[in-house]
Order: sequence, then structure tokens, then C-alpha cells
Amino acid sequence: MRRLEMIVSRLAWFVPTLAGLVVIVFLISNVIPTDPVRVLLGENATPAQVEAMRVQLGYDQPLWVQLARHFRDVLSGNLGTSIYTQRPISEDLAQRLPATLELTLVAITLSIALGIPLGVISALRRNSLWDHVVRVLSVSGLAIAAFWLAMLLQFLFAMKLGAAPLNSRIDGFGPTPVTGFMIVDSLLDWDMDSLRSALSHMALPALTLALPAAATIVRFTRAGVLDVINSNHVLYQRAMGMPPGLIVWKYVLRNALTSTVTQIGLIFGVLVTNAVIVETVFDWPGIGTFAVQSILQSDHKAIIGFTIWIGALIVIVNLLVDIVHSFIDPRGTR
Amino acid sequence: MTALLAVEDLSLGFATEAGFAAVLDRVSLSIERGRVVGLVGESGCGKTTLARAILGVLPRDSARITGGRVWFRGTDLLTADPEVVNRTVRGRAITFVPQDPFTSFNPLFTVGEQIMEILKWKSPRANLPAGRSWLPAVVSPYPAERRRLDFAAVIELLDAVQLPRPDQLLRKYPHELSGGQRQRLMIAMALLPGPDLVIADEPTTALDVTIQAQVLGLIRRLATERNVAVLLTTHDLGAAYEICDAVAVMYAGQDVESAPVDRFFANPAHPYTKKLLASLPRADGTASGIPGEVPALIAPPGGCRFHPRCERAAGPCREVRPPVDPLESGHWVRCYHPHRETS
Amino acid sequence: MPGWRRGLGRFARDRAAALGVTLLVVLIVLAIFAPILAPYPGDVSDFHTANRLHAPDAANWLGTDRMGSDLLSRIVFGARITITIAFVAVGSAVVVGVPIGLLAGYYGGWPSNLLMRVSDIFLAVPQIVLAIAIAQTLGPSIENVILALSVTYWPFWARLVFAETRSLKNEVFIESAIALGASPWRVMVLHVLPNIASAIIVRTSIGMGGTILTAAALGFLGLGAPAPTPEWGRMIAESREFLPEAWWYATAPGVAIFVVVMGFNLVGDGLRDFLDPRIRRGASGNGAGGT
Repeated sequence: MRRLEMIVSRLAWFVPTLAGLVVIVFLISNVIPTDPVRVLLGENATPAQVEAMRVQLGYDQPLWVQLARHFRDVLSGNLGTSIYTQRPISEDLAQRLPATLELTLVAITLSIALGIPLGVISALRRNSLWDHVVRVLSVSGLAIAAFWLAMLLQFLFAMKLGAAPLNSRIDGFGPTPVTGFMIVDSLLDWDMDSLRSALSHMALPALTLALPAAATIVRFTRAGVLDVINSNHVLYQRAMGMPPGLIVWKYVLRNALTSTVTQIGLIFGVLVTNAVIVETVFDWPGIGTFAVQSILQSDHKAIIGFTIWIGALIVIVNLLVDIVHSFIDPRGTR
Repeated sequence: MTALLAVEDLSLGFATEAGFAAVLDRVSLSIERGRVVGLVGESGCGKTTLARAILGVLPRDSARITGGRVWFRGTDLLTADPEVVNRTVRGRAITFVPQDPFTSFNPLFTVGEQIMEILKWKSPRANLPAGRSWLPAVVSPYPAERRRLDFAAVIELLDAVQLPRPDQLLRKYPHELSGGQRQRLMIAMALLPGPDLVIADEPTTALDVTIQAQVLGLIRRLATERNVAVLLTTHDLGAAYEICDAVAVMYAGQDVESAPVDRFFANPAHPYTKKLLASLPRADGTASGIPGEVPALIAPPGGCRFHPRCERAAGPCREVRPPVDPLESGHWVRCYHPHRETS
Repeated sequence: MPGWRRGLGRFARDRAAALGVTLLVVLIVLAIFAPILAPYPGDVSDFHTANRLHAPDAANWLGTDRMGSDLLSRIVFGARITITIAFVAVGSAVVVGVPIGLLAGYYGGWPSNLLMRVSDIFLAVPQIVLAIAIAQTLGPSIENVILALSVTYWPFWARLVFAETRSLKNEVFIESAIALGASPWRVMVLHVLPNIASAIIVRTSIGMGGTILTAAALGFLGLGAPAPTPEWGRMIAESREFLPEAWWYATAPGVAIFVVVMGFNLVGDGLRDFLDPRIRRGASGNGAGGT
């Protein structure tokens, strides 16, 4: 029952959090700049154009009216039109979201598959050579700028070694778009060529995102395992002759993971934001490249729309992570 | 040798930042089948370390055994194949009741899951562990028939330790139970594999005073019923008096005296024992202490480690550890100047 | 306090932390003495198109960029920008956030809770998301980058200090101080603050590293200072079109960022070990010498 209470209370805060986010974004776009309309039109607008736009967009109205309109727009999905693509922003974002999601999910899976075992083994062989190497690598992983790592990997593997494609998501037309996830769609079509192409194109971008995330996961898993290894319940199981493999992989791991799981929510947030930047380097057609191009075009409304979407996505993911965490840890230590 | 467990001249120490701490110095201890032996001493005397050494769960990084043997059913546990010891001795022939029932359960699993896990591997109904030995332990299956029998045994034993509504209790998480309930569960878990020896490391220290007597009584009763030997470490002399058949005293890593319980309390021979008993609060409310302090174990006193605090210390006390002086049947002491019997 | 001396000794012997301190010292020296240390100080704004995109050689140790400017000099001057951004952004976030957290934690009540809920909203999304929005709105400049970063960072400190203050408020020594008539100001500054100081210091160091990465990302996206400011992130963005031939152009600023962030992270880790002995590495918990 405690779990249900927790979920309900988190859901209750979900809506105000999103609402607050929208308000903050509104303040950023309409209140901070001295003249938001000028920001929208760019520097070359004449005073007459500015004035006309101001009335058209309702900037002459009192602030709370503007805010109400803003909410109405956001809730109805109307985020304005992109200068860059001349299409509704929400349409652009929706079309590109699956690419970013697919990349992020693959990257997180990779980082978990890499990070957790390395963290566990590193803890079990504390202070061995293996442990030192892993720790040096994981500390380094946190100091590298993601976009620079992207360029580095691109340089090494694509340009120099030719082992992976340079950019974009797939060669040719790809599978019939059903979900927007190339891997899923290729399997649905049983299109092995598309699958292979999609996977090879995803390799470098996913690796770029996965490595720093794996570094964080290794650190937390290692610390978590070390913490648990020294606990009394592990001592008890050892004293009662439980098989050592069982103690580590069934019991210690689960205790260590409870702290890692909360970190994964954090990591996902970092991953998504890194994805935004990394996408540009690889010409990956996700919301990240959309955002970057909007920045370059000074497409203000698009940036705002993007911010709201990314914010909402991350809040949703954190909520899901908390729910999962509640299933793993019955104590409800929140 | 009729003794079930015989520790022989066990010495070990820990590597610390400040040096090597000689925590146990040639300690000997023997336990007969079905007897409850109390191991008493102040905090830091090494009784928990001795218990862990017998179980084989000393801290791997820092502990080093420098000598001695631990004989159990004819085998030296220190030199036997560790995998065999882990499989056949630990959790089967020798089981453990820990000091702190609050932290000795894994908080993320129900108590039922944890008890059944013990039985999956240590049930007396199977000589081999559950499942096929070539599978990793994590995925080994639990044969359904044996599982049923094991579960029945659990319910029966939970009844015996006076835990009400066992099937409901098993579904709870450790943090939902009281300390007394958890410790009773620990006792049940220690008895379910059908052991020869239960090592109980200060099992009542972490419990409320009102519960302590109940739990001690439970241990005694069940041990006698099932003819299980118990090694009970404690700093509470009253507990030792209540339920032990024999008492052994340790001081600063050395064993100094051992006697059947009546003789122990009536005629303590070692000066330390005598002072220890004298330090119990008396009926009139007075109490006396022992002057001085427990020595640091990095550079311990030579010979008999109690000599700096002993008014009888003279000559060889400071140089050479006193040999075993058998005063009477079952009562020995290591002292050059023991208190002799007055009557 | 004798514990300090032992801790300081530990810190000095901690090679990772020592390395971190060395890196930071080098960074600060470079930043302060940039005009003297850089081989071609004029190259911050000068350009020599005849010399463009030369590989590293004796004249230009790190090669030249697309305008022919010496990369090494630009990177040295870029250190100034990096340090400025890091210290000012993090500093202002701390200076704003910590007092807010202290007051909110001490006084409680609905205004504090409201404030914390607002902080939570800021913290619900990663810093860079809002920072991009703010920086883009205000226009590309170093000042705007700093503003964007500090505006999105202060809630972290407010939340942290709020939680610590609130839990400390229940401690006996605080209760007795209040009972003895200490003013709220006194309690907060003399009693609460010293207790949370070590947590703040550790996180500040690590926060500097993170801020530098975020600032570099903003620079990479073109939201930092415009050309020809030698901001490291922007230099990496510029170098993209010249890969794979002009590999030095992308390598140098990237390595610079890496080294600086490493420095802050190592120092932060070292400080954590030094200031919080409870989580000392290497302590074996199963009782070295129990009873």
C-alpha cells in the first residue's frame, strides 16, 4: 500500500511540475528579453514590422493574459510554426522524436550492459590492477565533452578506419515506418538489410552516448557493491555457507542496484541532453538536430517548443524510474 | 576425542594502519556434543573474532591466521578444502545466530524468501545442494517436492520458537518485524538445517532487556530438546549463568579459564574472573570495577596479558604465558597464582 | 583539530588529488599570465590567412586554425574564459542558492515549501536544456552564458542546503543553541553552516567541472561568445568542417577541456575523502578486530 501511495503522490506532482516548467519557459521567452517580439523577428525587422507582430501575437496584452494563451497553446499542441521547416513545430518534433528515443534507449541499454558488470567485478576485485584501470577509465569518462567524444569516435572509426558509417541513420529508404523505431520496423518487415544498416549507423552515436553514462554507472555500482559487501546480511549468508556466486549475483547486486536505479533516471536525463548535441555531429535526424538548426536560425519558438517537449520527456522518465525503484526497494526510502 | 569442536592454540591477527594487531593468542576451546558453552569477556577480548574464525568468515583483506587448528568432527577446518567446508559444514553442521537481527536480514527480500533460500541449499532432506551442480547457483532450480517438505519444516520450527501466524509472518519484510521476532527467526534458521553446533554471537545484546530472557530461554530449551551444542559469546555474566553448562573466559585475546557453570560461579580461579564476578552489581547496590584498561593489541603485554592489572603478578607472569593448570575435572585455568578453592 | 592534520596528510598522499591540484594550478597560471605565456598573444584576434591550417611544428606547437592563428595561444587565452565562466557561474549560484536554502530550511512554512517546489521544477530538467533556451533568448555572449548557467544552477544549491538545514535543525545541539537564546542568524551562520560546509565545498569543485562541460556545449552550439573569442567549445565547432585533415584543430581544445574538467573532478574526489572520513575507501566493515 505504501507503494501505491508513493505512486499516487508522485503522479499528483507530475502535473504541477510540468505546468511549472511551461511557466518557466514562458518567463524565459517572454519576460526576460526586453523585447520578445524583436527576438522573434530577428535583428533586421523594422519598427513597423515589430509593432504589427506585437499586436498579432498578442504581446500588447497584460502578462497574465499572455500566460493563459501560452498554456492554451501548449495544451492544444500548438507550439507555433518553425521558421526553418515552415511546418508546425509539434509536427516536426513528433516526427523526429522516435529517432532520438531509439538512440537514447539503445545507448542506455549499452551503458547498463557495460557498466553494471564492470562495476560489480571492480568492487569484488578491489584494488587489483583491473580495478584501477576501470576506475581511471570511469573517471576519465566523466571529464570528456560528449560532442568532442562524438567527433573523436567519428574521426577514428569512420574517417580513418572506415569501420562504421559516417553519419545519418540508414542507407537507402529503410523499412516501412510503423513505430518510427528502425530496429523494430526492420524486424516487423523482416528486412535484414535495413536492420543491418540501421544497427551499423547507430553504433557510433550510441557508443558516444553510452561511454560517459557507463562511466557513471560503473562508479555507482562499484560503490554500491562495496557498501553491501561489508554489511551484516552478507556476513550472515557467508557464515551460513551460501554459495558465493549466489550471494553476489542475487543478493548483493539487488541491494547495490537500488541506488543505481535512481541514478539511471538521472543518467537518462543527461543522455537525452547529450543526444541533442551528439546528433548534430552524426547528422542523426532526431529532435536534437532540429533544436540545433533552430538555434542557428534563431528560430525562437522552435527552441521553446523543444524545451517543453524535452522537459516533459525527462519528467515522465523520472517518474517511471521512481515507480520501478519502488518495486525493487520495498522500504520506500524517499 | 569426544569433543565435537576443539580449537587448539589458535592465533590470528589483523593488519591495520598502525600495525599488526595480535587479536587471538594461542586460544584453545572445546565443546562437547549437546552442551551449551558460554564464552565471556569484555568488549575487544576476541570472542567475536574467535566465533568468526570457527565459522571461517574473517575479513578477507586484513585477517591473517598465524597458527593453530580448529578441529570439527575430526577435520581441521582451517586446512580443509574451502569449497567442501562451505558446502558441508557452514550452514549445515555449524550454524550461526548473529548479534544484530536488525541488519542481518537483507532488507529487500521477505523473510520467507530468505529462510527458504537457506533451506534450498542446506536442508537436512538432501545431502547435495538443490539443483544440478553444473548450473550457476543463481539459476539452480528448487525441486518442488523437497520444497514442500522444507516449507512444512519451517512452519513447524516457527511454531517451536513461538512466532504466531507463521505463514503471514513469512510474507513480511524484515523492517516490518520487531527485534525479538527477527531474532527468533534467526534461531529458527539456525536450527532448520539440523546442525551439531550453533554459534550464537551475543544474540541478545541488541534486544530489549525484557526480550533477552525469553530469547535466551528459547535457545536453551531448543538446544536441549534437539541435542544441539551451542557456543554462546556474551559479555553478560548473568546470561551465562542462566543457560550455560560450562563457561570459558577470555581476556585480551587469550583464554584464561574454563569451568562447568556451577564451579565457575562458586570458585573462580583466575584473578580476572574473580574480579569480573565481583564487578557485578551487588544486592546492596554497590559495585566495584577493575583498575586499569584493556591493552591495545598492536603491542600487547608479554606473557599473561592480564599482568599489568593483576595484583598477583610476579616473575614469569610477564614473560611466559602460563600453561594450562587443571584444577579439577572440567575446570582449568591459565595462571601462575590462581585462587585456590577455599572450602 | 588533530583530525585535520591527519586528513591533510592523507590528501597530500592521495596521488589522484595531487594530480588534480597540479592541473588546476597550471590552468590558473595559464589564465593569469596568458599574455606572457602565449607565444603569439596577438592571435586572439589577429589572423594570418596565409598560415591557415598548418599542422603542429616548431613555430606553432599545436598548429594553426582556419584563420591562421596559433592554436596554442588561443587555447591559453581560452583558459581565461573557461575559468571566468566556471568561477562566476558556480560562485553566483552558490552565493544565491546557499542563503536561500538556509533561510528556507530554518524557517520552514509554506513560502519555503513553495520555493523548494520551484527549485524542484528547475531541477527536473537537466541544466543545459533551460540554459540553451535562456542563452538563445538573450543572445550569444559570455555574460549571457554565465547568466544562463547560474540561473539554472542556484536551485541545486538551495535544495541541497535546505535538506541539510532541515535535518540539522532536529539535532540536539541546534535545539539547545536556540533554547539558549541564540538568534536565528547566529544559529544559521555559526552552527548550521560549518556543518554543511564540507558538503558544499566538495560539490563546488565537482560542479565546476560540470559547468565547464555545459559551457563548452553551449559554445559548441554557437550560443557562447561570437568569433573571434577563443572559447574552447566554439573552437571545436569551428574545427568540424576541417576534419579529418586538420586533426590538431579539433584535438587541442578538446584535450584542454578534458584536462581541466579532470582536474576539478579529481580535486573534488580528493576533497570528499579528506573532508568526510565516514566514507573512507578501504575501510573493511566486517570488523577488523571485533569483540
